[in-house]
Amino acid sequence: MIKIKDLHKSYKMGSNSLHVLKGIDFEVEEGELVAIMGSSGSGKSTLLNILGMLDLLDKGTYDLDGVPIKDLDETKAANYRNKFLGFVFQSFNLINYKTALENVTLPLYYQGVKRKEREASALEYLDQVGLKPWAEHLPSELSGGQKQRVAIARALVSQPKVLLADEPTGALDSNTSKEVMALIQDINKNGKTILIVTHEEDIAKMCSRIVRLKDGVIMEDKKNKMIKAI
Amino acid sequence: MFSRDRWLEIFDSIKKNKLRTFLSGFTVALGILIFVVLFGFGNGLDNTFDKFFKDDALNTMWVNPGRTSKAYMGYKANRRIEFDNKDLEDITSRFAFYIDGITPRISESGNIGYKLESNNYTIRGVAPAHQKNEMTIMMKGRYINGLDVENKERNVVIGRLVEQDLFKGEDALGKFVSGGGRSWKVVGVFQDDGGDREERIVYTPYTTLQLIQKNTDKIEQIIILYKPELGYGGAVAFENQLRKYLKQKKYIDPTDRRGIEVRENASDLKQNDQFKTALSSIILFVGIGTLLAGIIGISNIMVFVVKERTKELGIRKAIGATPSSIIGMILQEAIFITSISGYVGLLAGIGILKLVGNTLEEDYYITDPYVDLNTGIAATLLLIGFGAFAGYLPAKRAARIKPIEALTDK
Repeated sequence: MIKIKDLHKSYKMGSNSLHVLKGIDFEVEEGELVAIMGSSGSGKSTLLNILGMLDLLDKGTYDLDGVPIKDLDETKAANYRNKFLGFVFQSFNLINYKTALENVTLPLYYQGVKRKEREASALEYLDQVGLKPWAEHLPSELSGGQKQRVAIARALVSQPKVLLADEPTGALDSNTSKEVMALIQDINKNGKTILIVTHEEDIAKMCSRIVRLKDGVIMEDKKNKMIKAI
Repeated sequence: MFSRDRWLEIFDSIKKNKLRTFLSGFTVALGILIFVVLFGFGNGLDNTFDKFFKDDALNTMWVNPGRTSKAYMGYKANRRIEFDNKDLEDITSRFAFYIDGITPRISESGNIGYKLESNNYTIRGVAPAHQKNEMTIMMKGRYINGLDVENKERNVVIGRLVEQDLFKGEDALGKFVSGGGRSWKVVGVFQDDGGDREERIVYTPYTTLQLIQKNTDKIEQIIILYKPELGYGGAVAFENQLRKYLKQKKYIDPTDRRGIEVRENASDLKQNDQFKTALSSIILFVGIGTLLAGIIGISNIMVFVVKERTKELGIRKAIGATPSSIIGMILQEAIFITSISGYVGLLAGIGILKLVGNTLEEDYYITDPYVDLNTGIAATLLLIGFGAFAGYLPAKRAARIKPIEALTDK
């Protein structure tokens, strides 16, 4: 599903150049639930941003579902993101003046899906994350775990190839974290490829594969016997 | 642009961000309102100016006969020059190209009475063109007309105060007044902005007055209304030609500075024009200043709006919004809000001007404040345009910013 070869990325910090990713080779098969681990500064978020086409790579190649991701202009990147990827963020990033349902319909709005269909399919996904009764609530009326579940529904509604989650449990307490991870495991069980960036060991253990990054290179990449979240 | 979904999205955003909507709408509405009101007051000031300085038509020339100061062609110096009806005709035909209206004026004082009331008034023998020259406004009836002059009718047009003095509230029109042992028919009553004195005048055909004055054809003064499009330069040229012509006609030394006196308003006209230009510039300056303040206001708010929405825009981008859809959304929303509120401001401004009307005329010299609707609409469009432009730059930057930067919580 994902193929990365010899990926380099550096940031200019004034006159210095900070080499963040120093040659990453990395493949993900369809249906995997991958945890990308590393301490802060290890380059894990940068890697996720490049995978999410939120950032550009300097050197190397990146194929997503057989499509080479290169020469991205903003419009092309937006279309790819919309078609291939779903995002889940640590801080949820819901639009605060829109209801749960409206937040979930938004990716479909940008796909040009008709309003009725949008709402029907958004409702379906809200149901899947167990929040159908909260469809008309604003994010401010939801708990952290509920917000993250709305975000997950929003990430899934466009039926992406890959779900990218950046510290999805970082802002949640441990019980809620487990619930959210259980949901993610569920989605994975249905065949969705998921990448999670985390620095929590117990979250990583709930994934089928753990990739450890340190100083911009992969230190360790091993299969993991997935622990059920709940 | 016309997609229903886009509009629904925009209405949603407008409805749920009331403060933002209010701020940008209010700025534009207020800007237009102030512009319309100030500009309207400026125009009101202009109107007052016109009223003050335009009692007598400015394109007027007075021609008076005098006494010569030099001997010429066998005539002695200190000869008295006189005008008669023939001179009037000659000037009329010879200078037709320059002349809008021409009238003689013969003045005398006379006692006019009605029933038991009587009083002394200035009586002027004139031609119909005199009305235009003095800017006499008819309240009822009519002014002296061509037939009156031709038939030497004993018709009079009396001032508002003459009617008040003699008729004591009665309607003077069609009644007969007595004067010089004859009776005169009142065919009209006039008012004049020139003051009380002007409204105590009685006009009658000059031919009638000449008939009474022992059937003479002498004229005291000739008043010419020249075509305003001549302008200052044209008026001066006309004046010189006229003076030269009359001196020749009356055998006066061309170098004699006396004999014929021609007085005209052209230099006054020039001065007034300059003053009016200055006034107009001030009004324009105030208008532009207000608009500029409005433009700066709406620009600031647009920058603020985009800044406030940066995170939302980042989220939208992360879930698949293209840069053009982001820019389009912001612009469409901004233009929608500013158009509606600009229109509201325009209506409110015009409403205020209507409401104020002439209440400020006495103390503040503002008469009939108004704004040309086109000017108002142009100002509104300008503000909308600049609002959109001011929104476009930050929107473009926001659309280009990497979603990941917009989304970081730092």
